Amino acid sequence: MIEETVVEGMAHPFSKYLREAMMPHIWCAGCGNGIILNCFVQAVDELQVDLNKLVVVSGIGCIGRAAGYTNTNSFHTTHGRPIAFATGVKLANPDLDVVIISGDGDLFAIGGNHFIHAARRNLGIKVICANNFNYGMTGGQQGPTTPFEALTTTSPYGNIERPFNLVHLAAASGATFVARWTTLHVRRLTQSIKKLLKKEGFCFIEVISPCPEIFGRQNKMRTGLEMMEWFKKASVVENFSDPAKAEITPEKIVVGEFVDIEKLSYEKLLHEKIALINEKALNKVS
Amino acid sequence: MAKKELMLTGAHFMNGDIACAEGAIAAGCRFFAGYPITPATEIAEHLSQRMPEIGGIYIQMEDEIASMAAVIGASYAGLKAMTATSGPGFSLMQENIGLAVMTEAPCVIVDVMRGGPSTGQPTLPGQQDVMQAKWGSHGDYEIIALSPSSVQEMFDLTIEAFNLSEMYRVPTILLADEVVGHMWEKVVIPSAEKIRIVNRKRPNVPPEKYMPFMPDDDLVPPMACFGEGYSFHATGLTHNEHGYPQTQSSEVQQRLVKRLCDKIRKNADRIIKVEEVLLEDADIIVVAYGIVARAALSAVRKAREEGIKAGLLRLITLWPFPERHITEIAKQARTIVVPEMNCGQLVREVERSAKETAVAFLSKLGEDPHTPAEILKAIRGNSR
Repeated sequence: MIEETVVEGMAHPFSKYLREAMMPHIWCAGCGNGIILNCFVQAVDELQVDLNKLVVVSGIGCIGRAAGYTNTNSFHTTHGRPIAFATGVKLANPDLDVVIISGDGDLFAIGGNHFIHAARRNLGIKVICANNFNYGMTGGQQGPTTPFEALTTTSPYGNIERPFNLVHLAAASGATFVARWTTLHVRRLTQSIKKLLKKEGFCFIEVISPCPEIFGRQNKMRTGLEMMEWFKKASVVENFSDPAKAEITPEKIVVGEFVDIEKLSYEKLLHEKIALINEKALNKVS
Repeated sequence: MAKKELMLTGAHFMNGDIACAEGAIAAGCRFFAGYPITPATEIAEHLSQRMPEIGGIYIQMEDEIASMAAVIGASYAGLKAMTATSGPGFSLMQENIGLAVMTEAPCVIVDVMRGGPSTGQPTLPGQQDVMQAKWGSHGDYEIIALSPSSVQEMFDLTIEAFNLSEMYRVPTILLADEVVGHMWEKVVIPSAEKIRIVNRKRPNVPPEKYMPFMPDDDLVPPMACFGEGYSFHATGLTHNEHGYPQTQSSEVQQRLVKRLCDKIRKNADRIIKVEEVLLEDADIIVVAYGIVARAALSAVRKAREEGIKAGLLRLITLWPFPERHITEIAKQARTIVVPEMNCGQLVREVERSAKETAVAFLSKLGEDPHTPAEILKAIRGNSR
């Protein structure tokens, strides 16, 4: 005999984390963005993060709608600028947990400069990047993560640009926590998001995310399932391996946690310095 | 508060950029994000020293795009925030000035104008960003721009810029020029309690009833900040009063964009400030702003000595444009003389508002602003 599942108020246990007024979401069938948002919400729930202190910031792109879908303080910036905006938020109120959920084009093409500098400063903001290998919202153009030879609407003869290795870039720029998972690795991804939320300094997770409708369609993976099968077949967990060698090829996707180090955050250094100088200045006038 | 003792008061000799920085501090600004650029760098340098002393934040960002974005972030986190730049940086900021307009983030942008276009003449003055200040970002919107003519006004109008930006939740631009920025003059700073400070309206409803973009009768919505218990969303997309994107609704687009314009347009009379000198019987009236207005004042006085009925209308507010004031003087003036350090920008607005009255434009580019003699010559030439 089956047992009835009792759900309080007949609502999904995570519905309090989502703005139902914003539903239905805009994401295609087979898209990985919902999985990423689900893992994020799961991590927030497990850690019992204070929603009043949580700020979710997104840029422009499909995953850019994630900020609005989260029922917390949220802001949807201009294209490429969520990290720069978040810098102002985090410094103005270091008690806030500032999380950026955005896409590869937003964070690494138009916003690439902000990413490397926030990582260099070791500003305590948390970046979750949905990497779908192309610009989904505008219909599938080539971008900074598009694999070599891949077909997109603006590389119809095959992409001749080399893609960024995002985890290598993040590690080299100074991030204190760097991980890569695919949307197939939901439990590991959730665990890494929990680490990222608790850790001091600039933290980065790349999530390889299926985009069957736009990217897959042009690259012989027409369904979400086919893309997930690729992730399953190619993914190799290599924790703490050299991020410089963490390749993404049709044959192999290196996933895992690559960096987990301790380093004083920029906002801590800044606010300690301000307190010291402020006190000195006050002593001088009194 | 002990912090107030760290405010500068009394008479000081300083340059315009430093006066602007001190004005920001007096206005309650506690966040500055910027990028070095001549001739505005001294504002950043001074604030990098002063901000920590008063418990405020200074950060040098990777570029002006980031500076403007960080300023909006700090504003949403509850601080009064500012950036300072010049032409090339002002161009980069336009993108996020639009975001500040759309999300109604109170903030101040200082543009110490130099000669353009492009890299132009970094150390020389210009008034070439006047139209960019109004129209630089895409879409329809209104902002406020103020034009200081002295080092004292670099202090006073920076405070005014913060007050206006907080009152109307609109990015406010202090449109200075290289001469006013680098010139040294006496500045008198009143004690903190004598300085009028305006702070943004706060929500007076509980969090569950808060609608972040529901305006009051003055068309300005009260503002909650991150971390205060009001869970809300803000976006650069067209949004309804809840802050939720409405990208397919013409009704919401009409309502939002019209309100963003109207909250400035309908309050224009309250916002606009001008200085009127010898206007009563004047039939030749000079309309000038910024450093050029100083030379214009000398020219008008000299013209009076020569028996010419000259007057000066100094524009302190450039945007919203003081249209009504121009229409008024156009009724009595035979000619309106407009000297500008550009190829003709604000003069177009003067012509539009002056209707039938003749407008004589006096352009100057390069090293020096107009001399009193040059403006006097134009007054004389138009008085016959």
